Amino acid sequence: MPWVTRGLRNGVLTTRYPKRADGYGHGWRGSVTTSGAARATLPPLVGCPTGAIGSGLSGAPTLDRGKCILCGRCVAERPDAFAFDPSPEVASVARGALVVPATEESDASVAEARAELAKRARRLRRSVHLRHVDAGSDGSEEWEIAALLGPIYDVHRLGVFFTASPRHADILLVTGAGATGMAGPLLATYEAMPDPRLVVAVGTDAVSGGIVSPSYATTGGVGGVVPVDVWVPGSPPSPFSILHGILLAVGLLAERGQP
Amino acid sequence: MKPVARHAGQAQPDEAEVPTAQFAGAVSARVAGARLAGLFGSGRADGSVHLRAAISRRGVLEVVSCSVPAGRDGTTACYPALTPAIPAASWYEREVADMFGLRPEGHPRVDPLVLPRGPGHVAPRPGSGAVYSDRPHYPDEAALPAHVSGEGLFTLPYGPVRSGVFESVQYLVETPGEDILHVRARVYHKHRGVESRFEGMAPADGVLLAERVEGVAAVAHALAYCQALEGGATELPRGALLARVLHAEMERIANHLDSMMRHTDAAGQAVANARLAWHKERLLRLRAALCGHRFGRGVIVIGGVAGPPALAPQVAIGALADIEADVRSDTHLLMSTSSFVDRLRGTGVIAPEVAAARGALGPVARASGSEEDLRTHRPYAAYGRVEVPEHRYRDAGDALSRQLVRLEELWGSFRLCESALEAIAACPVEGPWAAEVAPAEGVSWGWAEAPQGELLYMVEVEGGRLRRVKPRSASFHNLSLFPEAFGGDIFTDFAFIEASFGLSIAGVAG
Repeated sequence: MPWVTRGLRNGVLTTRYPKRADGYGHGWRGSVTTSGAARATLPPLVGCPTGAIGSGLSGAPTLDRGKCILCGRCVAERPDAFAFDPSPEVASVARGALVVPATEESDASVAEARAELAKRARRLRRSVHLRHVDAGSDGSEEWEIAALLGPIYDVHRLGVFFTASPRHADILLVTGAGATGMAGPLLATYEAMPDPRLVVAVGTDAVSGGIVSPSYATTGGVGGVVPVDVWVPGSPPSPFSILHGILLAVGLLAERGQP
Repeated sequence: MKPVARHAGQAQPDEAEVPTAQFAGAVSARVAGARLAGLFGSGRADGSVHLRAAISRRGVLEVVSCSVPAGRDGTTACYPALTPAIPAASWYEREVADMFGLRPEGHPRVDPLVLPRGPGHVAPRPGSGAVYSDRPHYPDEAALPAHVSGEGLFTLPYGPVRSGVFESVQYLVETPGEDILHVRARVYHKHRGVESRFEGMAPADGVLLAERVEGVAAVAHALAYCQALEGGATELPRGALLARVLHAEMERIANHLDSMMRHTDAAGQAVANARLAWHKERLLRLRAALCGHRFGRGVIVIGGVAGPPALAPQVAIGALADIEADVRSDTHLLMSTSSFVDRLRGTGVIAPEVAAARGALGPVARASGSEEDLRTHRPYAAYGRVEVPEHRYRDAGDALSRQLVRLEELWGSFRLCESALEAIAACPVEGPWAAEVAPAEGVSWGWAEAPQGELLYMVEVEGGRLRRVKPRSASFHNLSLFPEAFGGDIFTDFAFIEASFGLSIAGVAG
């Protein structure tokens, strides 16, 4: 009985996202973005520890969010060229679209990938079941995924549930740099899932291997083991970013016509 | 205001090198009345391996080392095993066998631990500078070696893909059906080769990797790594030392809350679980507000911290007080809910003798009669200048004791955060927050009391680059004790025992 009143004590704490934008997220690192002012300048000599910074066709710096571990070194060294973007909506349906600034080519591939995804996601409508597999994470991604089940994010309100059996799962959340020891179990889990099935790579490690790769014991991201549909960068991505990735996979955001 | 000069570096242990044949004898002579804190291998270009055993004696670290030459004509190099005399060395020797291809002669059972050694296994030998590009390791999923035999007994492989959102690990549970007779953990599924990845990195980049060795204890790892590089003679700004305490204690609160959440989840206490999840989320958000990262990454840099807390100290103190009041009220109710407490009492007992003999660490040790806490026994950062609240250790050794120890540590961490913030308020915001530090050449040691227990780093620098970095997380050491906790427990106790250990597999598998 005391737990009943305790459960009611603080009212509803749950976010309204994605119906409404959530105030939280500002003031910390969602992703790194390149600023327009630097487009004409040559890429600065920044010691990016994961090689996420490159140069585009015009010589302006580009940044691959799929490799970025958000250490902030570039932002500190060249605030004219790089800045933190607090928006947690960083997931993408195309790997190429994680490179900023976006090119026309990646815009086209995003549209194509989204159309393809929307087609498959339409068959998953209403209630989707998720299975998570750790393929060599550092442990923090698991905390952020588990947070989705807590009262703040509560994904159940969106018809999203976690399941133990891959036989009941529609979406596979994969974390980690793709440890080779997990390649077999990961593939077995994927193959046990019924069609249509979608894979979300959660975290920079899962997208590209992050700073843990290259290594003799990882495949440099999970894309080498299972086909990835949605890419969620971040080290680790915040629960909002992971939720954004899941909603992209479910096709709920495609409906709204929003990336 | 000038930065207060202070001896901040960690007193480096003396290293006694002995011939290989005398290594086991020398180590076991020193372990008497002390505990084995780890065995650290370091590959050499000529094929030899330098082995260092770290021994902790009442807060002082001692190191005994030997050099194991390469085997002649392609034979496996070997050395006399430590395990027959020191049971705590067993996992370390298995790890050394995996990573360096050494054979510990006299070790009762050198099963693969962090790498699935198969036919033709080539050891990565971190530290040797060899570019290691062996074919990937794909473990044999069908191999289920058993320790216990008898009629009706079978081995249940639990994992590596488990129900729920967990890190990948495989427990081999030997059982006749309900009672758990024996448990072993296989961690090689998520081995990432982190130690080899450190090789050749610039020391400043190494911090970023250290933060990802065990992601939930990122601050402790960065701290131990940086303190090793800062050497024994560095003077760091007072504000930086205080900020290090602040972020390390926030991390401890988050981890202890997570461990409690897992207990309530296992017990089906849905409201308690949701409430604790809320408190943990508020805490992670507060950490992000203070430093820009929910796990405190990027805060610790070599020579200090990246900058002052981004929140005004008084605001942070207020936010922490709100969280503490709610956690106190909810855990008070939880600990008076008999259906919860009964699940923990008498579950997963580690007897004080076992804990002492095996050198248990952290909350697991402090629930089994140990008083050791690096924050008071080998103080670092500002722990010597803000008061570390005294904790009551327990000696029943069950899951309930571990929970009670964590609860008390929680209140201690809240006090430490508060005092650190109050002291930071007196420091000038403009800094300095970090000192220029040239990383010490050669071998150095760093340590920190992570939420999981004593964390050790051995760092070797050569020509300004990292040559060998070996993190030894408390999770590794304590997971080796995990099988000892199953004396007469049954399947439904498993989740409680696992939660009460509060380990992270990433730190074990490397």
